[in-house]
Amino acid sequence: MAKLPKPEELLKINYNPPGNEDWMERPTELKQGNFCWGAKGKNLATVEFPNARDWSPVDEDWKLPQDWEGIVLEAMADRLSKYRSFKIFMDICVRCGACADKCHFFIGGGDPKNMPVLRAELMRSVYRRYFTASGKYLGKLAGARTLDTKVLKEWWYYFYQCTECRRCSVFCPYGIDTAEITMMAREFTNLLGLNTDWISGPVANCYMKGNHLGLEPHAIMNSVEGMVDDIETITGIRINPSFNRKGAEILFVTPSGDLFADPGTFTAMGYMMLFHELGLDYTWSTYASEGGNFGLFTSNEMAKRLNSKIYAEAKRLGVKYIIGGECGHMWRVLNQYMDTWNGPADFMEVPKSPITGTVFENAASTKMIHVTEFTADLIKNNKLKLDPSRNDDLVVTYHDSCNTARGMGLLEEPRYVINSVCNKFHEMPDNTIRERTFCCGSGTGLNASENMEIRMRGGLPRANAVKHVKEQHGVNTLANICAIDRATLSASMDYWVPGTRVAGVHELVANALVMTGEKERETNLRGEPLPGKGGNE
Amino acid sequence: MKAVLPFIAVVVFTLLALVGVSVAQGTQVFFGVIMPYAAVAVFVAGFIYRVVQWGKSPVPFCIPTTCGQQKSLPWIKHDKLENPDTTMQVVGRMLLEVLVFRSLFRNLKTELKEGKVVYGSEKFLWLAGLAFHWSFLFIFVRHYRFFVTDVPSVIKMMEGVDSFFQVGAPLFYMTDAVILAALTFLIFRRLYLAQIRYISLIADYFPLFLIFGIALSGILMRYIFKVHIVGVKQLVMGLLTFSPAIPQGVGAIFYVHLFLICVLLMYFPFSKLMHMGGVFMSPTRNMANDSRIVRHINPWNYPVHVHTYEEYENDFREKMKKAGLPVEKE
Repeated sequence: MAKLPKPEELLKINYNPPGNEDWMERPTELKQGNFCWGAKGKNLATVEFPNARDWSPVDEDWKLPQDWEGIVLEAMADRLSKYRSFKIFMDICVRCGACADKCHFFIGGGDPKNMPVLRAELMRSVYRRYFTASGKYLGKLAGARTLDTKVLKEWWYYFYQCTECRRCSVFCPYGIDTAEITMMAREFTNLLGLNTDWISGPVANCYMKGNHLGLEPHAIMNSVEGMVDDIETITGIRINPSFNRKGAEILFVTPSGDLFADPGTFTAMGYMMLFHELGLDYTWSTYASEGGNFGLFTSNEMAKRLNSKIYAEAKRLGVKYIIGGECGHMWRVLNQYMDTWNGPADFMEVPKSPITGTVFENAASTKMIHVTEFTADLIKNNKLKLDPSRNDDLVVTYHDSCNTARGMGLLEEPRYVINSVCNKFHEMPDNTIRERTFCCGSGTGLNASENMEIRMRGGLPRANAVKHVKEQHGVNTLANICAIDRATLSASMDYWVPGTRVAGVHELVANALVMTGEKERETNLRGEPLPGKGGNE
Repeated sequence: MKAVLPFIAVVVFTLLALVGVSVAQGTQVFFGVIMPYAAVAVFVAGFIYRVVQWGKSPVPFCIPTTCGQQKSLPWIKHDKLENPDTTMQVVGRMLLEVLVFRSLFRNLKTELKEGKVVYGSEKFLWLAGLAFHWSFLFIFVRHYRFFVTDVPSVIKMMEGVDSFFQVGAPLFYMTDAVILAALTFLIFRRLYLAQIRYISLIADYFPLFLIFGIALSGILMRYIFKVHIVGVKQLVMGLLTFSPAIPQGVGAIFYVHLFLICVLLMYFPFSKLMHMGGVFMSPTRNMANDSRIVRHINPWNYPVHVHTYEEYENDFREKMKKAGLPVEKE
């Protein structure tokens, strides 16, 4: 594995591409630390994907199918006829450059092909050659080029360096969304068996076992059991979550990452403590045990196949509606894709909080609400007893996930919750939050370990903003509502802004939540002494 | 360099018209009659064709880029223009986008200073873009006086506003200066900024030079090489009434102006200039963020192979029973 350079090294970035270089002539070098390992044949075979074989990007020969160009071009023609977004975004870019310095990978690395406009041109140049008259006859004069293995490798390298965060599309005067183009590139590469191990493994796991981590039913229960023990130690309260329970009012779905590793587990404990305190009639599912969807980083069809479990399980269990946990791309799927793919969810009811009676009309069709919508409503209606001073050792800032910000607009709900459970909160600079928020640097299945350099580069803009509020206000906690963030921001904070804790919003909620019959709490969910309870406070 | 070829092309087109009408009388019919008819035909047919082609591809998913607070709980302020959830709100968002370039207004300049990433305000692209498009529209509408016998009062009013400072004879139009200044900025920006130069194609310089040529020839015609204006109007009215006639002594510069416009019209449907139509059809901007409220239908949604609960239980039944999980089949 390539050694990760030191932060000072990585910060030597030049945003100005070489003066007279033609980008089409710029060779693509697959630089170690900037890409993920290739997919394993068995994982591709599990989901019946073509050209399933073990494959390594560093090999000269990628073991492509015969006539791979034909496969790609045929798929391109097909997607052009199926997606107006793809077609229009191929045609109308004027290369004004407004997006150029908006991508976290460009900001953190300066590679000109990470300018969103140029990333899209990697695809457009091929589109022009085969699908426009000018490109066919004028070739390079019209900005067109032939699809060959060099282009394919370049596509693979750069379209697996885009996290589909959509920040560029906020600044584009025509709303051109690079995510739409990256999604197509990933469809095409998947037709050739060119997925990464870090995406195809979780996809295969999720398909067969219900979650990305491949936790089998009893393993999920064990994991939850462990958290229940911890909750008992901290609060003195024993809670009894149920699994696959028919007739529950609510199905709860969250990313499996929350069940597996710190600090996600603290968020999961937070949900359970909150739901217990409310006496909520809810169940977990071991079959639909994944809120996230790595299929989305693979192909539209794969995403739909994985997502189908949520509604299927809701139907089987006979629940009235679904609450979804804290996750970013999960909510892009739930808000913009799920109902279209696998709806209508007419076997459920419009979500209604059993505690406050609030009807969530904004989820009238999907029947699925975000847990921060649910909790914000509880707090607004004074249904929770909260002691924010328990979080007084935390000086908090909030990281908007790309997808909940730009693919949904869930901005105020988590802020309201945080401000209700924490006394010390400071926003990062305006240009780095809300619709202008930055990706953690590791979305769309880039959260592997072999590509740490590109992850840290992509994480720079976010870390830079955290560092700013750390210096200004002493911020020591980065709150978020995304399981991938909880895992990846921890790494990028350690690298760029050491000493910053990464926490899910419901971890903070549960710290502050005064539960009925709890013993006097000595520690927070992490087992650290509460402020005023420690020896040296 | 990528800017050279398109520059030469515009010069060649200019000379073609200039020399053409000066040396051979017959070519005036080509430049004054055949080309305008052909250009308008290509433009209209081409524009419609492109839009219809786009329209043929469906919008399978509801994918607005949300740039503000969603509509959720009643006490949370919904950002109706940045995150619309009704058609009227979408119209509002689109109007902001098309009339004042809302998204471009957000533009920032990212820089690295002493090991820190900083974001500075960068409104020049927005300003130049807005100045260019609005002055172009103003000038375009002003030209309406050549297409009617009685000039409508609204056109006269626009001319009055445009020549507000009452300088020169004929009166100087502000938009003439604005469009040249904006185009100059846009051209130099492309040449000067390393990032923009790097991404620019021939197809990015050509329309800039071409429109510059059109504006410049128009300005020269109005202020310097004064053309026979009655003749121009005769020619235009002749074209409009399908009884074309070439009046005498109109002046070569007029034919240059007209020919460059014809080139622009014919080039338009095959180029990035189609953003004019495309911006209205961009799914990330023209859709309401209502996909949790109303089910969006994908016309090509098809059944997929899924791993059912039954298959899952078959895989894990013993383990599930042992863990105390309920099962469908014993």
